[in-house]
Amino acid sequence: MRLRNAVIWLFAFGAMVLAGAASSSRWEHVPSKDHARANPLTGQNEAIEAGRTIYRDHCLQCHKVDGRGDGRKKPSLRSARVSGASDGDIEWFLRQGDLAHGMPSWSNLPEAQRWQLVAYLRSIQ
Amino acid sequence: MMVPRLAAVPRFATLFAAFLMPHLASVAAAQEKPYFVTYSQDLEEPGNLEIETKTALARPSDSSHYGATALELEYGVSAWWTAELYLDGQSTGHQSSLYTGFRVENRIRPLMREHVINPVLYVEYESISGADKTLLEVVGHDAETNLATENGEARREHKHEAEFKLILSSNFKDWNVSENFIAEKNLGHSPWEFGYAVGATHSLRGKASVKDCTFCAEKFIGGIEAYGGLGDTQSLSLRETSHYIAPLLGWQIRRLARLSFSPGFGLTSSSLDRIYRVGLAFEIAQPGGWFHAQKGSTR
Ligand code: HEC
Repeated sequence: MRLRNAVIWLFAFGAMVLAGAASSSRWEHVPSKDHARANPLTGQNEAIEAGRTIYRDHCLQCHKVDGRGDGRKKPSLRSARVSGASDGDIEWFLRQGDLAHGMPSWSNLPEAQRWQLVAYLRSIQ
Repeated sequence: MMVPRLAAVPRFATLFAAFLMPHLASVAAAQEKPYFVTYSQDLEEPGNLEIETKTALARPSDSSHYGATALELEYGVSAWWTAELYLDGQSTGHQSSLYTGFRVENRIRPLMREHVINPVLYVEYESISGADKTLLEVVGHDAETNLATENGEARREHKHEAEFKLILSSNFKDWNVSENFIAEKNLGHSPWEFGYAVGATHSLRGKASVKDCTFCAEKFIGGIEAYGGLGDTQSLSLRETSHYIAPLLGWQIRRLARLSFSPGFGLTSSSLDRIYRVGLAFEIAQPGGWFHAQKGSTR
């Protein structure tokens, strides 16, 4: 019995470590220059509203209403991982995408629109 | 083998449109560039289907005016791989309207990260007749005289071609700059033919407006492209090659469609004097989702 408990705890601990690693690794590759960039549109309500429109046009199809994700491969954007990232981390990630895992690159959007998206994502956390 | 007449195409198109109509509400806007000949690094978003028509209107000297349309079905197989099917047709004044063949194409981004210059590999198989006038690329010693042959005679020539492109593309400071190098081979006994296309675009405004709008500046993308032939392995020279320069304008009409327009100007005596192009694209978001229920969220 004790052994079973120990195994369960070990698995739970392992899972936590793995989840932690997965959540931090997304932003680990962000170059420090990008990581440090602040959203030039922070605090502007219009940026959030414009970001909501861009979200509807480009992101809703995968990340669903209010960024809740599709419950499958398209993750929720209201998560500790997103709220724990810096503005610069998110803008960098949008520019890169994750082509190998189904997230397109949004380097084709004007930079101002990526910052408007960052403002919107911040507002739904 | 006879090439089927164009009469079959409208019937197919009507059926296709009837099937799609109920789904057009799920159309998503794409920030795609208004290039007609040049390719950029933009791929179709995974799971999305884009339906686009690209029409070329021109009048070769010593021949009648014509309109040639390519119907493109573009599908995002994954975030790094887009597959496309083109169905081509044309109509020439005082002659006839006909289906001129199909092309199947794949575009692959070999590098998963964004770089200063992003390569995309393009591979295409074409089965088209000599009457194809869509001019979606210009290679070798392609000249306006090729477009002047009567439809009745031109359609008897069948071409099975393989085409390879190296697409290099950069997005920086709201600009896109793209360069394409083209190598095409008729699978018969013809030599390799070469061509190029280069272009640049910029959206008229970076920031998006707060309200939904139809005519605001960020819905328009302007640009320019240039393309032409670079000879073939038998005569690798610019003599008797065609070259064009074409300003571009793209307009995203809300979430419904993307309209693009481009007047092209021939730069050499082998080129057409002018070629006008019009494109209309509809994007359908995640059509695969129509066939299985959503888990965990509402639309
Ligand atoms: C074609 C579907 C698709 C579209 C469209 C899309 N995404 Fe994603 N997105 C994904 C997938 C799949 C992932 C997870 C990738 C991974 O596991 O690395 C993801 C991941 C993310 C992440 C990281 C989340 C995390 O927890 O690390 C953010 C942020 C994000 N997307 C934002 C956006 C925004 C903003 C847009 C619109 C501009 C957008 N996405 C459009 C599929 C999509």
